[in-house]
Amino acid sequence: MVAVLLPGALQQLAGGARRVDVDVPSDGTVGDVLFRLGAAHPALQRRLLDETGTVRRYVNVYVDGSDIRHASGLATPVADGAVVHILASVAGG
Amino acid sequence: MASLLLAIGTRKGLWFARSDDDRRTWSLEGPHFLMREVPAIAIDTRRAQPRLLVGVRSEHWGPTVMWSDDLGDSWHERDEGAIRFPADTGAALARVWQLQPDAARRPDVVWAGCEPTSLWRSEDGGESFSLVRGLWDHPHRSEWAPGYGGAAVHSVLADPDSERLRVAMSTGGVYASDDGGTSWRASNHGISAYFLPNPHPEFGQCVHKIAADATGIGCLYAQNHHGVYRSDDAGRTWMPIEDGLPSNFGFTVMAHPSTPGIAWVVPLTADSERVPPGGRLRCYRTNDAGGSWNEVGSGLPDRCWVSVLRDAATVDDAEPTGVYLGTRDGCVYVSRDEGDSFALVAAHLPDVLTVRAAELG
Repeated sequence: MVAVLLPGALQQLAGGARRVDVDVPSDGTVGDVLFRLGAAHPALQRRLLDETGTVRRYVNVYVDGSDIRHASGLATPVADGAVVHILASVAGG
Repeated sequence: MASLLLAIGTRKGLWFARSDDDRRTWSLEGPHFLMREVPAIAIDTRRAQPRLLVGVRSEHWGPTVMWSDDLGDSWHERDEGAIRFPADTGAALARVWQLQPDAARRPDVVWAGCEPTSLWRSEDGGESFSLVRGLWDHPHRSEWAPGYGGAAVHSVLADPDSERLRVAMSTGGVYASDDGGTSWRASNHGISAYFLPNPHPEFGQCVHKIAADATGIGCLYAQNHHGVYRSDDAGRTWMPIEDGLPSNFGFTVMAHPSTPGIAWVVPLTADSERVPPGGRLRCYRTNDAGGSWNEVGSGLPDRCWVSVLRDAATVDDAEPTGVYLGTRDGCVYVSRDEGDSFALVAAHLPDVLTVRAAELG
């Protein structure tokens, strides 16, 4: 089981929850987490990933505190008990 | 007296202004979608209860289409999104630039012009859209290039009496379909693309906005990236109609909804100087389909150095026709005498991207 922590702006799209637990296989990846999360909450998935399955430019995803852009992106492994933290990047004017 | 609703889409949210005294005084309400840009709005009055449609885009969370059937008290969207590029396109929606209800005889059809350059058709009042493949698969696609604002279909005109459609894109120019969107041809003959080595290409023009004359889609107006044009053959050929204007540059053009030959433009000095000529924000109106132009717009500001974007200008369906201008410094002006004079409706909003107005029954 992996814990996904959502920013306030997205919590209403997950029934108001700040934390959503997602069941993934032992060799699961961040992609598995986000697509399983999206299967339950499709409007939430659209905020994180575009139609091509790419993480939106100003969405940051961390696994146990490490930015997946500095790892293997959506292919970054997630271990059982990992915390996937989704945050809005510093952007906009 | 019918109520007049003015919807104002900005860089950081949506506002509504409402008038119950023939547009003399207005009450402002908002924001909706704070910190999200609203570049596309439609007020669909074909329904018993008017439907508001908005294209909304978050810098972080991407674009979406939402609708309201209670004038903005509540908003809805499809979980999976109204506009999703099919997987085989390899594309992703970047921004909804235009939402355009079709004619009354096609009451559930709504068109959307989007970035990347694409046209979409809804048959359920704008809740979901299908990609118009005829335009997406056009062989010119690989040569359509983004203007400064992005590569998008920004103007959609549907003929109420036939299956004719006209769209405009920057860059690319005007494209025409006579079969409801199945097949398309470039429709730019006569429009200059001075910024290209060949200034008279079949396509590649940077048409900023097109509008249909009150007579219908057979007579069109275009504000080009330098150049104001009219077509008397539904876009097949274009002729310049810029004599009498202080500049042929600008972003918007509007046509009178019921009186043939009346149209408005809001000139900016030049491509290299995108501010009102002499710092005087003014409208120019023609009463003879571009044969001549008159400066109008008393009440619009002097010492004004902001522009009016392509969709930040509109007309309403009241009598006499109202004209609305929104500026990049967050002001919205309304004219209740077809452009002769304007009054300030709102100020200090974020940059105005789009305005739409309609009488509510």
